[in-house]
Amino acid sequence: MKMPVPDGGIIARRREIVEALRAIVPGEGVIVDENELRAYECDGLTAYRQLPMVAVLPSTVEQVSRILKTCKAMGVKVVPRGAGTSLSGGALPLADGVLLGMGKFKRIIEIDYANRCAVVQPGVTNLGISNAVAHEGFYYAPDPSSQIACTIGGNIAENSGGVHCLKYGLTTNNVLGLEMVLMDGTVLRLGGRHLDAGGYDLMGIVTGSEGLLGVVTEVTVRILKKPATARAVLLGFPTSEQGGDCVAAIIAAGIIPGGMEMMDRPAIHAAEAFVHAGYPLDVEALLIVELDGPAAEVDHLIERVEGIARDKGACYARVSTSEEERLAFWAGRKAAFPAVGRISPDYYCMDGTIPRKALPLVLQRMQEMSERCGLRVANVFHAGDGNLHPLILYDANKPGELEAAEAFGNDILRLCVEVGGVLTGEHGVGVEKRDLMTDQFDEADLQQQQRLKCAFDPDGLLNPGKVFPTLHRCAELGRLHVHQGELRFPDIPRF
Amino acid sequence: MTTTTLKPETAGQVTDAVRWALSAGEPLELVGAGSRRGLGRPVQAAHALDLSGLTGVVAYEPEELVLTALAGTPMAEIRALLAGRGQHLAFEPPDIETGTGGTLGGLVASGLAGPRRISAGSARDHTLGIAGVSGRGEAYKGGGKVVKNVTGYDLPKLMAGSFGTLTALTEITVKVLPAPEDTATLLLFGLDDPTAIDALGEALRSPYEVSGAAHLPAGIAARSGVPALARAGGAVTLVRLEGFGPSVAARVAMLRPELRADAVIGREESLAAWREVRDAAWFAGVGADGPLPNPPPPSSPSTASAGEGRGGGSGDGHLWKLSVPPAAGPATVAIIRRTLDVEVVYDWGGGLVWLAAPPDSGPAIRAALTVGGHATLVRAPEAARAAAEVFQPLPGPLMALSRRVKDSFDPNGILNPGRMYAGL
Repeated sequence: MKMPVPDGGIIARRREIVEALRAIVPGEGVIVDENELRAYECDGLTAYRQLPMVAVLPSTVEQVSRILKTCKAMGVKVVPRGAGTSLSGGALPLADGVLLGMGKFKRIIEIDYANRCAVVQPGVTNLGISNAVAHEGFYYAPDPSSQIACTIGGNIAENSGGVHCLKYGLTTNNVLGLEMVLMDGTVLRLGGRHLDAGGYDLMGIVTGSEGLLGVVTEVTVRILKKPATARAVLLGFPTSEQGGDCVAAIIAAGIIPGGMEMMDRPAIHAAEAFVHAGYPLDVEALLIVELDGPAAEVDHLIERVEGIARDKGACYARVSTSEEERLAFWAGRKAAFPAVGRISPDYYCMDGTIPRKALPLVLQRMQEMSERCGLRVANVFHAGDGNLHPLILYDANKPGELEAAEAFGNDILRLCVEVGGVLTGEHGVGVEKRDLMTDQFDEADLQQQQRLKCAFDPDGLLNPGKVFPTLHRCAELGRLHVHQGELRFPDIPRF
Repeated sequence: MTTTTLKPETAGQVTDAVRWALSAGEPLELVGAGSRRGLGRPVQAAHALDLSGLTGVVAYEPEELVLTALAGTPMAEIRALLAGRGQHLAFEPPDIETGTGGTLGGLVASGLAGPRRISAGSARDHTLGIAGVSGRGEAYKGGGKVVKNVTGYDLPKLMAGSFGTLTALTEITVKVLPAPEDTATLLLFGLDDPTAIDALGEALRSPYEVSGAAHLPAGIAARSGVPALARAGGAVTLVRLEGFGPSVAARVAMLRPELRADAVIGREESLAAWREVRDAAWFAGVGADGPLPNPPPPSSPSTASAGEGRGGGSGDGHLWKLSVPPAAGPATVAIIRRTLDVEVVYDWGGGLVWLAAPPDSGPAIRAALTVGGHATLVRAPEAARAAAEVFQPLPGPLMALSRRVKDSFDPNGILNPGRMYAGL
């Protein structure tokens, strides 16, 4: 994985750049000390580290605008950062770039129950929004597992999901409005407290753009009333194929559960050993199906799900009878990553999505790959939407194992694409999957995406080196080859 | 002003057609079934690119919740296929034009949604993947064919509601969901607009998963084809509950006393009532260019019959659609009524206002959007649509960015020039 070659000319101008930033953000808001910069050298993808040239922590929209405008004028690259929980290296700094930390934008601006939305600054945590409206019985639906720490601004950048997104949608389906700053300092407002865009759906493009199009300075999200009841069923199956069949049958019956998670044997064992959730240890696949809504609906659907599971060969079934028991069912799943961390010095979390019907094939091929490269793999799976999280177990202290784990991970993601899926369901491309983009997209696909980036950031200064494997200049991408008369009479039916 | 129509039968021919247009410097008007040709500004192009020849469902996997079809596939075909497996497009696509449903490509390009917008989202939320040909004459794809995907920019969202100004879509993958087993609607009679919107807000703040929240003022309710609404003798406020039978029954029982609802209608009457809401059926004649239904055959040269306003019962009015913060719906209408004589219907809990207004009302309507939102001229004769700002005028910097976005797909303005904004 290579980052763009640092520009020595920019690094040589570091003092001048720092002075320019200090003129905008006074005092401790500009960080140059190496020890202090360490805090920003990586995000959740810790295998990649790089100290930024300088970090700046603005606290007003005007400062953000002036920073970006100044950096553009000086030709300096900028890497925006929220809480730094990205699992794909989306906030990995650049040696010749400014790290723009949005951590000071922590204010909840307004909660508007009449319009069922909350207006917040981007540094508010995901859970912070839900907590702020909990006393009125409301919540913000997307719930990535990092929700205690991750910020809503980062959620916008990554279009974050969570275990409830099959029923309640990803970030993009729950955002009503944004204020953002372009690389040239322009401040724009998209959407608001109403639905849909007046012109192009630019909010739809900005959400999930991984910090390449603009810096978000305010977010309006819709808030929902908490479901009256939630109950979960724990279902064990002798084979993962039967587990997958059960998921398909539940959906075919018209049921969209609030959450539907699957774990394979290694993940079940690791989780059980860690949190003692009461999981059965003699099954190959464990499903957690959560139904939420009015009590009458939940009771009705629990019965139907149990019936479907019996038909599909479940050898274990337990329905939560109390809130504690429901939370215990989830405790194992939610602790699956750290649980795997206990049985292996290091693990590498992947994030492909597949058509669910391909699950048995993908699991089998993954097992073959695992045997070939000698690294174990445990699987947790957002079963409802086909989003796989294989955890590759390795030891970074053993020479070559990190590289082997990365190669194994790349093979898994290529396999996801091969069976009709995609490289990433919720973690983003970042630097991690950047060089695999050509497996999913053709050159024409990637060039069109990059042209869109040019519309927002023509100099390519915002978060370069992420998402796209090859950087092109906008002038080169924009060149249009029109061959006069080449297609004088296209062979198309005409009237 | 169309003089020739190109009707490709393959995606490759679409590429050829756009490349030809590019080399000849001739813009194209993109057409599917032609049913939504009256949406947006008239396109000044001598050639039409008729995409209705690209038809057929490529893949439908109910258990994967996805359907992939060529862009010209008739919605009637897709609806029937989905209904056969108990599924549907959850955003409740409206048929405000002709009742034929048009094509999948036309639906996505228009970015429409029905009453379920408040709970299920819009066309943009259900468009997972696209393939098409940019105005550069290059075939490309975006998004994916699975329900959860964040790989690369979310181009399918940008295509939804772009009215064919960026790309000639050739193939589309949409998310499909189980259709509700049962539905019922609570009715509240005789409320004035602000009281009704308050009641809808209360319903939407309940945990009962309300999937439709509309208010029909007295004059509108009287014109309903649903007896329970027409016979109410005044305004009717509707709150819809959908889902599994026992769940609908339980939620009706809980919500009815909370809202002090006057009546409940069951499945069949509910379906009929919400079809009317979805299609703003009471305004069917407002702003029509000619007698409805009015689907110009896609291959026929369209001779502009400008500005005659031969619509149905509402004279020469135009139909507008306003999207506002829901609680602001009635106040917005009150401001408009200071200067204009309008007839309104509220949907989306007050956030969507259908408005039949006299011609040339755009500036007055938009001046009333004091707390944000946008207004679109949905139906008016061609000459009026050519002269007015059909879509909400954008602030300068946003318009400039929109132009750069357009240029990134279609630098020479080959695809549907001017359909959304003059010069875009």
